[in-house]
Amino acid sequence: MLKITNLQKTFNPGTVNEKTALYGLDLHLKDGDFATVIGGNGAGKSTMLNAIAGVWKPDFGTIEIDGVDVTQMPEYRRAKFLGRVFQDPMQGTAPDMEIAENLAIAARRGTKRRFVWGVRKEERIRYRELLATLELGLEDRLSGKVGLLSGGQRQAVTLLMATLHRPKLLLLDEHTAALDPKTAAKVLEITDQIVHKNKLTTLMITHNMKEAIAHGNRLIMMHGGRIVVDVSGDEKKNLTIEQLLNLFTQASDGAVDDRMVLS
Amino acid sequence: MPFIYALPGAVAEGLIWGLMGIGVYLSFKILDIADMTVDGSIVTGACICAVLLANGFPIWLSVVAAFIAGACAGFVAGLLHTAFGIPSILAGILTQLMLYSVNLSILGGKSLVAINPRTNNLLVHMSNNPRSIIVMGIFVAATIIMLWLFFYTEIGLTIKSTGDNPHMSRAQGVNVKLNQVLGLAISNGIVALAGAMLAQYKGSANINDGRGAIVIGLAAIFIGLSVSLRIKPNFVVSMIGVVGGGIVYYIVYNFVILLGLKTEFLKMLSAIIVAVFLAVPYLKKEHFTKQRNLRSNKTKIRIGGEKNA
Repeated sequence: MLKITNLQKTFNPGTVNEKTALYGLDLHLKDGDFATVIGGNGAGKSTMLNAIAGVWKPDFGTIEIDGVDVTQMPEYRRAKFLGRVFQDPMQGTAPDMEIAENLAIAARRGTKRRFVWGVRKEERIRYRELLATLELGLEDRLSGKVGLLSGGQRQAVTLLMATLHRPKLLLLDEHTAALDPKTAAKVLEITDQIVHKNKLTTLMITHNMKEAIAHGNRLIMMHGGRIVVDVSGDEKKNLTIEQLLNLFTQASDGAVDDRMVLS
Repeated sequence: MPFIYALPGAVAEGLIWGLMGIGVYLSFKILDIADMTVDGSIVTGACICAVLLANGFPIWLSVVAAFIAGACAGFVAGLLHTAFGIPSILAGILTQLMLYSVNLSILGGKSLVAINPRTNNLLVHMSNNPRSIIVMGIFVAATIIMLWLFFYTEIGLTIKSTGDNPHMSRAQGVNVKLNQVLGLAISNGIVALAGAMLAQYKGSANINDGRGAIVIGLAAIFIGLSVSLRIKPNFVVSMIGVVGGGIVYYIVYNFVILLGLKTEFLKMLSAIIVAVFLAVPYLKKEHFTKQRNLRSNKTKIRIGGEKNA
């Protein structure tokens, strides 16, 4: 479903701030893979996700989604393949617009926008049903402004928006990191539900080793702009945090990140 | 009493600037771009209208041509911003300067072209304020209704989201750059339309009429929204507020002239009005937070004192 080959990206080349964020990255996700991604700060996790999403173009290497080479495709155009949820709850939704309007914009991702009514009546009924499945009491607030929702509610709505039009690949960039533990757990639960129901191919960045082990069928660890550990199947299921830490210490020459150990 | 006599004229001219304010609202509030192009495009609208009328073209054609010319100006500003990465405020200033030359050449190198209200069947003119008010009322109402409907369409929704959250818009497959160009074109089209009406109303197109136009547009927006947001924060009420703001602005304008303010200070007045409206929310916030901190400090001290006593 996703095939990244020899991807490289250097920020601020030729200056003192030069930083190679991706260093010949290779990754191949099969259809239906739910991969969690861990790694220290600056390992290249978000950079990888942004490269897939097309926020900027890589220096070299290619990205293929479902057999289509998207490396040179602008961000808005490859959006039709992708569903994205960001770390910052403010980023995924338009605050001054209604929940229904946000959903309607997302539902038309990848189609040509026309001069016709933007939110149809039957859509509202569908949105209401979908919002009810979140169990956050949002089904009665279809006409409410998104800006009035809490961070957790906004992330849940963003998740719904990302998957309304079934994406070939779902990109979750630490989408629970800015939430309190209880809300984070709820949003993760919703994530699992949606991913399993729609059998979505998913890449989920997390800073939490427990989460990384508990979710998905594959675990990827990044360091220094490439993938250093890639486990799946039973091996991944039986992983313990201790083993994971050992793996990480080996792979990164001891540069363990505090945030990962603590969580 | 002279103030009462000036009132119909103030309302008519206020409606024209209110229409202009709607155009500025699109760029400033909906697209979140401070578009300086409008200082030029309002004059472009006035010039096109005046010159076409002077050459015997019918009034409707002159007005439509003014709208199209304004839209082209907005298109250029949008292109400078999106395709060439020039910061939006600078893209607007550059386009405005280009338009100065364009406007001068439309006027044939003169700084003023007069419109004869006797030989032309004008839509609005200062000699007939009741008619001007009715015509402008219809124009403004039609513009508001069309925009209101437009922002409920699929394309309209994505233009709103482009200004509200470009990040989210791109992630949802919205061509943000195209929408910015489209939005600026519509905005400047409306501004140029207001310019065409202004030229008819005053009976002339003057190369200097647009100086500080954006400030008057912003003044109309701020005055209007300060009231309309308290009533109901939706699009139509905001639009009516903006137009109302334009009218209030011109009533105040006429009032201070009658009070004896020298005309050379009128631009100063416009700028101060906008500065005050921009500064008040900021100062309120600053002041409010400071006071709260102060109070909580005091309470802490007081509680500590009682405990120790």
